[in-house]
Amino acid sequence: MDQPEISIRNLNLSFEKQQILKNINVDIPRHKITVIMGPSGCGKTTLMRCMNRLTDLNTQAKVSGNIFIGDRDILNTNDDITEIRKMMGLLAQRPYPLPMNIFNNVAYGLRISGRKKKRFLEKRVEHYLRQVNLWEEVKDRLRDPAAVLSIGQQQRLCLARGLAVDPRIILADEPTSALDPISSQLIEEKFAELKSSYTIVMVTHILRQARRIADHVVFMYMGEVIEQGPANEFFENPQMEMTKSYLKGLFY
Amino acid sequence: MNRRQAEEYFFRGLMFISSTFIIMVLCHIIYSILSAGLPHLNWDMISKVPEGGYYFGKGGGILNAIIGSLYVAVGATSLALAIGLPVALFMNIHLTKWKKIVNGIRFLMDLLCGIPSIVYGAFGFTLMIFFGLRTSLLAGIITVTVFIVPIMIRAIDEVLMTIPRGLFESALSLGSTKSEISYRVFFKQSIAGIITAILLSFGRAIGDAASVLLTTGYTDYIPTSLNQPTATLPLAIFFQLSSPILEVRQRAYASAVILIAIILFISLLARILTYSYKKNKINY
Ligand SMILES: Nc1ncnc2c1ncn2[C@@H]1O[C@H](COP(=O)(O)OP(=O)(O)OP(=O)(O)O)[C@@H](O)[C@H]1O
Ligand SMILES: [Mg+2]
Repeated sequence: MDQPEISIRNLNLSFEKQQILKNINVDIPRHKITVIMGPSGCGKTTLMRCMNRLTDLNTQAKVSGNIFIGDRDILNTNDDITEIRKMMGLLAQRPYPLPMNIFNNVAYGLRISGRKKKRFLEKRVEHYLRQVNLWEEVKDRLRDPAAVLSIGQQQRLCLARGLAVDPRIILADEPTSALDPISSQLIEEKFAELKSSYTIVMVTHILRQARRIADHVVFMYMGEVIEQGPANEFFENPQMEMTKSYLKGLFY
Repeated sequence: MNRRQAEEYFFRGLMFISSTFIIMVLCHIIYSILSAGLPHLNWDMISKVPEGGYYFGKGGGILNAIIGSLYVAVGATSLALAIGLPVALFMNIHLTKWKKIVNGIRFLMDLLCGIPSIVYGAFGFTLMIFFGLRTSLLAGIITVTVFIVPIMIRAIDEVLMTIPRGLFESALSLGSTKSEISYRVFFKQSIAGIITAILLSFGRAIGDAASVLLTTGYTDYIPTSLNQPTATLPLAIFFQLSSPILEVRQRAYASAVILIAIILFISLLARILTYSYKKNKINY
């Protein structure tokens, strides 16, 4: 395997006395789709929040260990945190468009990084909206508030908005769970396309979705990583008993 | 009719009765002020300052109090907004990690909202003496500001609290700094609520008599600088109402009508503004 995009080493996290993540060691390969699976409450969301340091927002959370992106330990650094977060686009379980019009939602990330020229913004916004197959649907109403879009369109808008920041990594936490099958499929197809230029980490509960798009799988249970590896090996020939019974649908 | 249905009817009836009751009381108050005040409202009242002997039933009006009240209320509301908005944003964005501190501030603000305005008046008065100020427009504005700042903060704070965490986190992961989130995201999402907060504070500022009683003084002239004393509508109503002369007491009601009209006008204005700013708000 090439050098992984993200290497998590001995990551532990606890809320007050409860330990949520136990000694996590995970390698996330570059330009692939890594799917994190596991029963509800096993710590998938928490693991993701560690990666873009949203855990900082919680004073009770005690985090230790390292998360390397390249050679840089983003967990223990004094570097500008906004710059670290910019490396990772976040797609949440449900879309949270910004309270502004469609155009400005995508232009937001560009504007805050100082790109303000109108011509430039127009070109880039169109580019990113096309990239998520939203352009045709919204090109005549770019100045309408983002709130008028359907949930599926909002989720694609959020993806476009995230891409506009030019991240290396896309973190998606059950990005299709609030969407209808067609919108879900659109997101899946987009991910399959985007992985040639982005590293994608995705949490999902849908086994079939994981089988469809995963290149690499991390399976967690009760805050521990039980098994991880390339998708075909993981699905065809799981090593651990627990993985086998999870894949058989014996528990969720 | 089963028990659940009966319960439903009972509570619906209860709500209907209490809503009608409260609406009737409000209508009655407004009706009695209007019927006592409107017949005595004339152009002189809102266009002239008191002439000599006004308080004994002679000519003139209360333009001095109208302008004075507007000065005090607009000045205090602007100051309170300039202080309150940043504080509320700071509490909800920068202090998210420190829930206990934020809740402490909220508790303190609620406490301050409950203190009667006469106490603020007295506080303003002691401050005034301490700084060697005379009763003046400035002293009034400062006192009223102190009095409405907690209201402003809590009103804006309540609106900001309804913003979902997911929006905050989404904005963070786009690489925003906290101040960018403040004025580009949270401010935009809550503009309608902020306008309501301004309105609420303005209403309190313009209608309160006790906080200006000791601090603005009273005069028949329209102030031309911050150091001059000024009349205010609530005090004008108070002084006229305590007159033994019937005509003057009737003018007190006319003054109350003017005060209500100002508040009504500001409310309508705020509604219109809210409507046009609300369109980008997202209902999560
Ligand atoms: N802010 C918090 N304070 C205390 N405990 C928390 C907090 N956030 C999460 N937890 C706990 O951490 C554990 C893992 O939560 P997490 O949200 O990561 O699970 P998950 O794997 O994403 O589950 P799901 O699939 O249901 O989304 C849970 O037991 C949860 O109760
Ligand atoms: Mg989760």
